[in-house]
Amino acid sequence: MIQLTINGQLQQFEAPINVAQLIDHLDLHGKRIAIERNGEIVPRSLFSEQMLAHGDQLEVVVAVGGG
Amino acid sequence: MDNLVIAGKTYNSRLLVGTGKYKDFDETRAAVEMSGAEIITVAIRRTNIGQTAGEPNLLDVLPPSKYTLLPNTAGCYTVDDAVRTLRLARELLDGHSLVKLEVLGDPKTLYPNMVETLKAAEILIKEDFQVMVYTSDDPIIAKQLEDMGCVAVMPLASLIGSGMGILNPWNLQIIIDNANIPVLVDAGVGTASDATIAMELGCDGVLMNTAIAAAQKPVLMASAMRKAVEAGREAYLAGRMAKKLYSASPSSPTDGIITPAPPSAARSA
Repeated sequence: MIQLTINGQLQQFEAPINVAQLIDHLDLHGKRIAIERNGEIVPRSLFSEQMLAHGDQLEVVVAVGGG
Repeated sequence: MDNLVIAGKTYNSRLLVGTGKYKDFDETRAAVEMSGAEIITVAIRRTNIGQTAGEPNLLDVLPPSKYTLLPNTAGCYTVDDAVRTLRLARELLDGHSLVKLEVLGDPKTLYPNMVETLKAAEILIKEDFQVMVYTSDDPIIAKQLEDMGCVAVMPLASLIGSGMGILNPWNLQIIIDNANIPVLVDAGVGTASDATIAMELGCDGVLMNTAIAAAQKPVLMASAMRKAVEAGREAYLAGRMAKKLYSASPSSPTDGIITPAPPSAARSA
């Protein structure tokens, strides 16, 4: 079991997952998003390689209207 | 052609617009299109986990293929928040490095914290971002931001979202006179004449959001703003006449008047 904090919310996963699997789990596949893991950008090219670890802090962002 | 050049890229429009505060994406798109803006600001925010399935995305409405997106750091009060936000933005926008930096100092006024802004600008420039920077209208700070490598300085005309217009044209004038990079008024424009005045002062462009989005008819105001910026720019390039209390130099010929003018009228005609 691993526990991740995603956009400030705790989520638990039975088995270790990588970033691409997390994106699928969150229903965000194919969406224009960017991800930061523990303060560092996760490049899109590394989504399938980068495994997430217990306690990771993730930020998943989109572009919204703003001035 | 009289174009706006920022970081080596040429733009036809000197009006930059924000995309916030519209009632829906249709209105956002209509207003942006009507404004003629080529550079549009966007904010970077956490996605609503589990609540966004099928929800339209701003980037589908205003695609990066059509517009130069300018991600901002609105809502950031620290160097770290601003820098992290723009790193995320660059990843989100496939390496696009033109950004709008603002580090706010106070939630009541949204006045920029220039000490933090200078620190954030330094980090971002080292990381090869092209930084358009929101600043107070302090001519010394504006010059420092230019010297450190910002690609445009964007002093406030008045507070963000206030619509109070240009409160200190003299400071803006000094900033413009000193600058070797584009100066854009960012924040405070309330109506078309404010934008025109900014351009007449010699600003290279104007960035606005609320003045259009909070108008009763945003799309019509977007049209007004496009014309206002163009009119102000042309007036600046044309070079206005000198201001005189009176000139004793009428526009019509003084000879051939069918009745001779009385001496008092002749003096003042």
